Amino acid sequence: MDLNMLWYLVPSVIMFVAGVYGFVTRKNMIALLISLELMLNSADLNFVIFNRFLYPGSMEGMVFTLFAIAIAAAETAIAIAIIVNIYRKLHSTEIDEVDKMKY
Amino acid sequence: MSVTLPILILAIPLFMFLLLGIGGVKMSRKLAGILGITALGAVAVISYYVAFTYFFSGDPLFIVEGVRQQYQVFDVTWLAFTDRMVVNIGFLLDPISAMMLVVITTISFMVHLYSWGYMEHEPGFQRYYAFLALFTFSMLGLVVATNIFQMYIFWELVGVSSYLLIGFFYKLPSAVSASKKAFIVTRFADLFMLIGILVLSYYVSNAPADGPLGSASAFNFQMLNNNAGVIANTVVGATFMGGSVLTWAMVLIFVGGMGKSAMLPLHIWLPDAMEGPTPVSALIHAATMVVAGVYLVARFFPLYCIVPDSLTFITIVGAITAFYAAVVACTQIDIKRVLAFSTISQIAFMMVSLGVAYNHPIEGVHYSGLGYMASMFHLFTHAMFKALLFLGAGALIHAVHSNDYTKMGGLRKYMPITHWTFLIGCLAIAGIPPFSGFFSKDEMLAAMYNNHWFWGAWMSMVAGLTAFYMFRIYYLIFWWEENPEYKKEGHKPHDAPWQMSVPLLILAAVSCVAGFIPFGEFVTYNGEPYHIHLETPVAVTSIVIALLAIGLATVMYAKKNPLPTKFKNAMPGLWKAAHHRFYWDEMYQFVTHKIIFNIICRSIAWFDRHVIDGTMNALAYVTNFFSVKIKGMQSGYVQAYVLWYFAGALVLAVITWICLI
Repeated sequence: MDLNMLWYLVPSVIMFVAGVYGFVTRKNMIALLISLELMLNSADLNFVIFNRFLYPGSMEGMVFTLFAIAIAAAETAIAIAIIVNIYRKLHSTEIDEVDKMKY
Repeated sequence: MSVTLPILILAIPLFMFLLLGIGGVKMSRKLAGILGITALGAVAVISYYVAFTYFFSGDPLFIVEGVRQQYQVFDVTWLAFTDRMVVNIGFLLDPISAMMLVVITTISFMVHLYSWGYMEHEPGFQRYYAFLALFTFSMLGLVVATNIFQMYIFWELVGVSSYLLIGFFYKLPSAVSASKKAFIVTRFADLFMLIGILVLSYYVSNAPADGPLGSASAFNFQMLNNNAGVIANTVVGATFMGGSVLTWAMVLIFVGGMGKSAMLPLHIWLPDAMEGPTPVSALIHAATMVVAGVYLVARFFPLYCIVPDSLTFITIVGAITAFYAAVVACTQIDIKRVLAFSTISQIAFMMVSLGVAYNHPIEGVHYSGLGYMASMFHLFTHAMFKALLFLGAGALIHAVHSNDYTKMGGLRKYMPITHWTFLIGCLAIAGIPPFSGFFSKDEMLAAMYNNHWFWGAWMSMVAGLTAFYMFRIYYLIFWWEENPEYKKEGHKPHDAPWQMSVPLLILAAVSCVAGFIPFGEFVTYNGEPYHIHLETPVAVTSIVIALLAIGLATVMYAKKNPLPTKFKNAMPGLWKAAHHRFYWDEMYQFVTHKIIFNIICRSIAWFDRHVIDGTMNALAYVTNFFSVKIKGMQSGYVQAYVLWYFAGALVLAVITWICLI
């Protein structure tokens, strides 16, 4: 069986949609963060796929993915820190409790 | 000549302005006064040296085969708009600017010294000296300008310093309104001047660069004056409302001069400007700033000569103004106002003299040079004796604490120095030999008779009126009837302190001898020497007229008698009209307040309030309305935002997809 690009892209799309679904439906902020990471990883995966199949001679996609992973780690740390602070104030990690930042 | 000294002439007063303006509050009065006087003394010495070098050194830069040259000491580019529209800042030495350097620094130094005594007890003494330094800087920059734009900048700066000094007693409402009036009227005139400058330089800069005008800056005086004929040919054909564009440009530039020099329709600010301190009136509103208009015409003289219509205009304006101001001066009570109208009249005299200077009625004689030379000569002598008269008036006001001659009378016994110097000033302005005014006025009248007998006769009549009103005021101050107040203890008037007497004596001495300067050897329209010779018929006529006028004044005012009241009652209408300056101020008041404010300003205000503000208000209202409607979307629920975002992304994707298909 010939493994073409589609075999890799379809799981990436599934992962992305799962992330979107999770982000919209879950109420726990940690779960939201996990969904976010799913979406981010699907995007990283796309970088690698396109690089591998369309521009096999170059490495930019791969390098970019490595950067994205490092930055995603830092972001996650910040997000966790925010969530911990919110928990200390509100004693809850429910996303609907946090609606102070509106008009 | 090295660049250092000319730069110092401008830099020292500017530096003193900054020093006294910023650091003045921390200084004692004495220190500020001494600093100001010393600095101005230094500037005067340097100016004398520069003028002396220019006139007497015989350097080929300054004089070639007996013809005096214009010499730009430096001329650096400041703003370059296009290749030809280049504004420079420079220092031009030529006969009139060298003469003006001497006049300005002399009078300014005298006024600095005099003010030390006169302003001794006034609050804001340091500020006063700072403003005087600013004025001196601006006026010196004006006369040495190498191009019309630099002149315009300094022209406005002297306007500002005049405004600041007229309004020096800013607690007096009359001083505040006088300063505003002076600034607005002169600024209004300067608008026309700016239009004139732009029209002129537009046509000049459109001339081809490989043509005879070369590629020099279109504003440069030397280029403009040396190529007057070429410019006339360049502009020829361009007409506007029946006159050539060049005529219009030169007349518009002259309107700026009319504003500064208080010519007839724009003269209304000068009498009110007397609200300022008296030494300021002597410096700015008698000797230097108000003659800037004359200087402007003299500066552009070659250009005015090729458009004789504009010179005719100048002559007519000057002749009417001279007569009007002389008549009004006969009826004023405030002695400073008499002197102010006398200044207007004398400046108009100089204008007429320039205006009649173009005609060549007699072959082979430089009559065109005569009017120009005489006008500059009179500018010089008038600056000296009019400053003397104003400073004398200041000494009187200092002693009597009033501006009105009704509070004076019989002062000759109490104030001998003031009396004798004032008398010398009066004799000089009346044109009695050997005082300086006689010589310059004689040359001017000769130039006018050479042009047309009418101008000569008209201005001789004005000269007679001048002698009459000056001696009227002289007798009313120093003779007439002694004011009984003086007999009271502590009210006895006395001569001013030495700081005020010394300038009076110096200026009186100058007024005695200045007439013997062979002025034609130094200042002429083309740089060639002009040998002054007295025109005996003109001189005799004007002496006889002056003596008759003085005799009439003596009969009427030397001793208290009912004659003046009889004259006044014989023609009450004329007297009242002249006393109210022929209602010019009321006319302006009517036109501005009733017509302009009511019709134009009100409609503009309505438009501003309802249309412009209304548009803006409607815009704000609509924005506010919609923002209130949709602000609920910002609910604070992050997941709602995400849904909206995905919905939008989906819609965009669908649209893109449809478009691609």
